[in-house]
Amino acid sequence: MATALPVTSAQPRRAGAAGILLLLAIAYGLVPLVGTSYLFEAILTPFLALALAGLGLNLLTGYAGLLSLGSAAFMAVGAYAAFNLSLRLPGLPLPATILLAGLIAASAGVIAGLPALRLRGFYLAVSTLAVQFFVAWALNRIGWLSNDSPSGIIDAPRLVIAGLSFDDARGRYLFSLTIVALLTVLAWRLVRSPTGRNLVAIRDHETAARIVGVKVARTKLLAFALSSFIVGIAGVLWAFAYLRTVEPAGFNLDRSFQILFIVIIGGLGTLRGAFLGAGFMVVLPLLLSRLGTALLGDGFDTGTLEMVQRIVLGTLIVAVLIREPAGLAALLDRAFRRLSPRS
Amino acid sequence: MVAGDEDILAVEGLSLSFGGAVAFAEIDLSVAAGEIHAIIGPNGAGKSSLINAITGLYAPQAGRLRIGDARFARVPARRLAELGVARTFQNLALFKSLSVVENVLSGLANVQRAGLTAQLLGLSAARREATEHRARAESVIDFLQLGMFRGRAAGSLPYGLQKRVELARALVANPRLLLLDEPMAGMSAAEKAEMSGFVLAAREMLGTAIVLIEHDIGVVMRLSDRITVLDHGRRIATGTPHEIQANPAVIAAYLGAEDDPENEAKAA
Repeated sequence: MATALPVTSAQPRRAGAAGILLLLAIAYGLVPLVGTSYLFEAILTPFLALALAGLGLNLLTGYAGLLSLGSAAFMAVGAYAAFNLSLRLPGLPLPATILLAGLIAASAGVIAGLPALRLRGFYLAVSTLAVQFFVAWALNRIGWLSNDSPSGIIDAPRLVIAGLSFDDARGRYLFSLTIVALLTVLAWRLVRSPTGRNLVAIRDHETAARIVGVKVARTKLLAFALSSFIVGIAGVLWAFAYLRTVEPAGFNLDRSFQILFIVIIGGLGTLRGAFLGAGFMVVLPLLLSRLGTALLGDGFDTGTLEMVQRIVLGTLIVAVLIREPAGLAALLDRAFRRLSPRS
Repeated sequence: MVAGDEDILAVEGLSLSFGGAVAFAEIDLSVAAGEIHAIIGPNGAGKSSLINAITGLYAPQAGRLRIGDARFARVPARRLAELGVARTFQNLALFKSLSVVENVLSGLANVQRAGLTAQLLGLSAARREATEHRARAESVIDFLQLGMFRGRAAGSLPYGLQKRVELARALVANPRLLLLDEPMAGMSAAEKAEMSGFVLAAREMLGTAIVLIEHDIGVVMRLSDRITVLDHGRRIATGTPHEIQANPAVIAAYLGAEDDPENEAKAA
């Protein structure tokens, strides 16, 4: 009995690793060859940025059980930090800028996480909401942060690493893909480490975690730091690679909710959930728009689209939560299990 | 009942009340190294509250505690593991979504030394520690015969097995003091016998002192070196199982609670 188990548990892992390698091969090898700039600009780049933000939030909310409504604020901190670093330290290479921006977002996360030492659940969510509003206020009020641009909107710097330009649509996609792949590996290492186990322990039973010697306060702040680091870099991608501008409006409360929905729909406490949820969020409006135009012709304008989108999305969130509280990740797992023959 | 220096736990004059309700008052308790010390008493006698105060979850209003050489008015719960104290809970307190192995591994949280960077980069210090901890966890899992469930989510296991996983998580750190709050509640006779065997074997192998709250008087008489009896928050007796059986105050307390299952005490 004891010898049979490692075999069965190793097989899916090997299959999972093979699947990931295949996905990476397609993403790096095939997609850049056949993709159009519409695919890169309107679908893949925002998908990658949102997936990364979802990944970061999932570490905090899915794994550590700390609810945050301030994701967009950390994205904004990352984006504005990267903008200011590249503006004020022109000699700094882009990877260093992004790393530093992530670290600045992480520091903001630690400060925002301090209330988590006292609050939990709904009350913690409200305190992260305060962070969301504070960051938006600061970005609008402190002109220095946006280089005194009257509208608060600033152009993103060019994406150049060691003389290689990533400024065209395909380049920005590959740039985002590489950062997302690296940070996903990091997150994957984290959730399988003892620290990752401590995050889940705090979520599942905080008192028991404290009794066995998990440093609860430190681990919570660490969760905020790591999560905000990743979310901050997602903000850099959102501004630098997708929008090509940096403006506070891109990081409002709606964005925070969008990222939370990505995590919930995709699956709390799973890494692939962020990707599934982000894919769903990006593809759904496009599908609805195509469908609407096909059914209603020109009567289907952007106003109607937006309304329909909200209704459908809301309904789907409720449906997913009722049918499968563990999200698309669990749904997919079940489908795979049904497809693959088991001995 | 003067607390000796060889005692691993000494409780002196400990009192706790919630608002006006007294949970327990002026409790003295000493547990020697390697001793199995049962705390019994009718429901509401203050047994669980006492354990929660010893493990720092409740703040007693008066009295002192000594764990090893460290003295406290209130034990800091986050330092328990470092003090060599482990416990289980009356109502399960497992990490439900973690596997059995991961739950047991989490019992070693206090001795995790490799930093986050070492863990993320897979440096040799982190890998060596992970291998060593896994070996420790596996040996406890084997000892408690949980091998065939090691990959299952703890929350998906039946109640009796969850109790056993919780014991495994407490034992893996080789505590010198282990507090078990009703480890056999709701178990069948066969499961109780099995669990009793594990408790005795744990003491044999690790030399752990064990404080045991248990309602089944038969189990208590078989396992305990000494027994402390609480009634309405007061300690009414401490002694060997033999002495306790013959103690008039204890008999009176148990006869007083007629609809209580502990009536078996007078029969035992």
